[in-house]
Amino acid sequence: MTDITARLDALPGLDPRAPLLQVNDLHVEFRTRDGVARAVNGVDLWLNPGETLAVVGESGCGKSVTAQAIMGILDTPPAHVTGGEVLYRGVDLLRLPETDRRGVRANRIAMIFQDALSALNPVYTVGFQLAELFRVHRGTSRREAKRRAVELLDQVRIPDARRRVDDYPHQFSGGMRQRVMIAMALALDPEVLIADEPTTALDVTVQAQIMSLLAELQRQRDMGLILITHDMGVVADVADRIAVMYAGKVVEEAPVHDLYAHPGHAYTKALLESIPRLDFKGQPLSVIRGLPPALTDLPSGCAFHPRCAYAREICRLEPPPAYRIAPQRITSCHFVREVLGV
Amino acid sequence: MSDFTAVSTAEAPGPRAGRPDSGPRSLAGDAWRDLRTSKVFWIAAVLVVVVLLMAAWPSLFTSADPRDCVLARKNAGGSGGALFGYDFQGCDVYAKTVYGARDSILVGVSATLIAGLLGLVVGLLAGYLGGWIDALLSRLVDVVLAIPFILGAIVLAKRLSSDPESNGVLAVIVTLGVLGWTTAARVMRSAVISAKNQDYVTAARMLGAGPARLMVRHILPNAISPFVVVLTVLLGINIAGEATLSYLGVGLKGDAVSWGLAIAEAGPYARTVAAPLVWPSVFLAATVLAFIMLGDAIRDAFDPKLR
Repeated sequence: MTDITARLDALPGLDPRAPLLQVNDLHVEFRTRDGVARAVNGVDLWLNPGETLAVVGESGCGKSVTAQAIMGILDTPPAHVTGGEVLYRGVDLLRLPETDRRGVRANRIAMIFQDALSALNPVYTVGFQLAELFRVHRGTSRREAKRRAVELLDQVRIPDARRRVDDYPHQFSGGMRQRVMIAMALALDPEVLIADEPTTALDVTVQAQIMSLLAELQRQRDMGLILITHDMGVVADVADRIAVMYAGKVVEEAPVHDLYAHPGHAYTKALLESIPRLDFKGQPLSVIRGLPPALTDLPSGCAFHPRCAYAREICRLEPPPAYRIAPQRITSCHFVREVLGV
Repeated sequence: MSDFTAVSTAEAPGPRAGRPDSGPRSLAGDAWRDLRTSKVFWIAAVLVVVVLLMAAWPSLFTSADPRDCVLARKNAGGSGGALFGYDFQGCDVYAKTVYGARDSILVGVSATLIAGLLGLVVGLLAGYLGGWIDALLSRLVDVVLAIPFILGAIVLAKRLSSDPESNGVLAVIVTLGVLGWTTAARVMRSAVISAKNQDYVTAARMLGAGPARLMVRHILPNAISPFVVVLTVLLGINIAGEATLSYLGVGLKGDAVSWGLAIAEAGPYARTVAAPLVWPSVFLAATVLAFIMLGDAIRDAFDPKLR
């Protein structure tokens, strides 16, 4: 029990110089009675320590499924990872035995959820749930575990942590609950934190507090952060790089400022144009026509073509290749030149 | 504009002082702290303790012998010696009622424990594992549920109590336990299914918990309340079930005394003399009520949101 960390340090193939996290050509499908829903169709991502990667896209584009596949918490069945690899420092997590995989969770890669209230067990105090982590993963004594629980609550800025540690999840407000969730995810010092829409359930002022808390904790710990969101506004302030997903694929990946200034994919461009802006007051808000495609029946060629303003014959026939348009920029669009305006 | 009075910023002391040096608060500890202040709990607990004492040491409550029946006293009213009078065979009703507690409680509690254990294990496994295991266990529940209770119980109890020396208690316990666990299992299964899809179970999995820990620590405490309610009701049903079996002649035998037997025997004579029917019934009802109240109080105490 206590040597989980030692075991994790000796994982076969572990290479400290390898990228912190690298996802290659990940495929996930849900086999349901109504057919096979291909939720993730070849996602590539990478993440370095101290870096924030934002994964954005509409609901149902495969953001959360990608995150859950990285964590290994997909429900199988119906979900099946049908291809690709998830490399943590060179070790493919998808091929790891279940006991090691379990050790990787929370110790190396942790995740926070959208709705913190339902993610905390209602019958235990938050202190108990935090302490349980130390006791199970580190074999810490009850008293020491509780001391560390208080310390953690303090770190996530929960006022009066010493007393609040004995409260139940329903006694916390929404923002405080998300802080507790963050504390739980960070308890065992993971190197990667995946935040799956951490602020969607919160109101705007609290959103900002949670985001700045996350950014600060990330800086202190030099942690890699994957921020999953559909809120382009949140992303601009905190992310280093952005991966835009559509229909289970990363369609564009770029450093955050480049992407906002010069979107390289028709979908990204449409997405950015649909953000309400103060200086466009009084004008109609541009929208992306139609709905995201059904995952059981993806469009041929470029999955975005039925909704795309640039679409031509080729978009229906051929899936676009990935173009490297700058050292850190990749985009999969047939008309990248037109979109960029060059 | 300086005439605002300063509001004290010192924080009011909370409902309870923090205990930073102790370990983390446990669910059971909190539940007990909550129970101690509950009136319902104490009333129920006192009743249960009295009944249990009665079952363990009936001579504490009466010096009369329930089997000392004199026909000359048939249907006589209450007097100094016999608080509730005598029944149609001249037995002391109070003594019979007190002595009847033992087998009634023994049968009721043991049969409920057996049924509860079976229901818990089957329901938890079926609900958590799902798939073909769930299908198999659920069909098993259906099969047991399809057996007509009286018929099944007569056959089973008859087979189990073939030894003429035994008083039939064990046979009745096993019969009621084996036939009575199905509702508990179904309730447990559905509660587990709804609990296992909650985010906190995924979160626990995300934090590295294995299947056993998920089941016992995270799903079970959140799925237990409806199960506890079913068990408390089942306790009453089992005590009454013993009466039914005894009445049909496949339950307790020989000179056994139980509330069920007493009620069954007194029924036909109730219009002549009511006490032999009324008092065992009152004791039975009070006992079942006490257990139901106890179950309710405990269930509430284990739900932090009701605190």
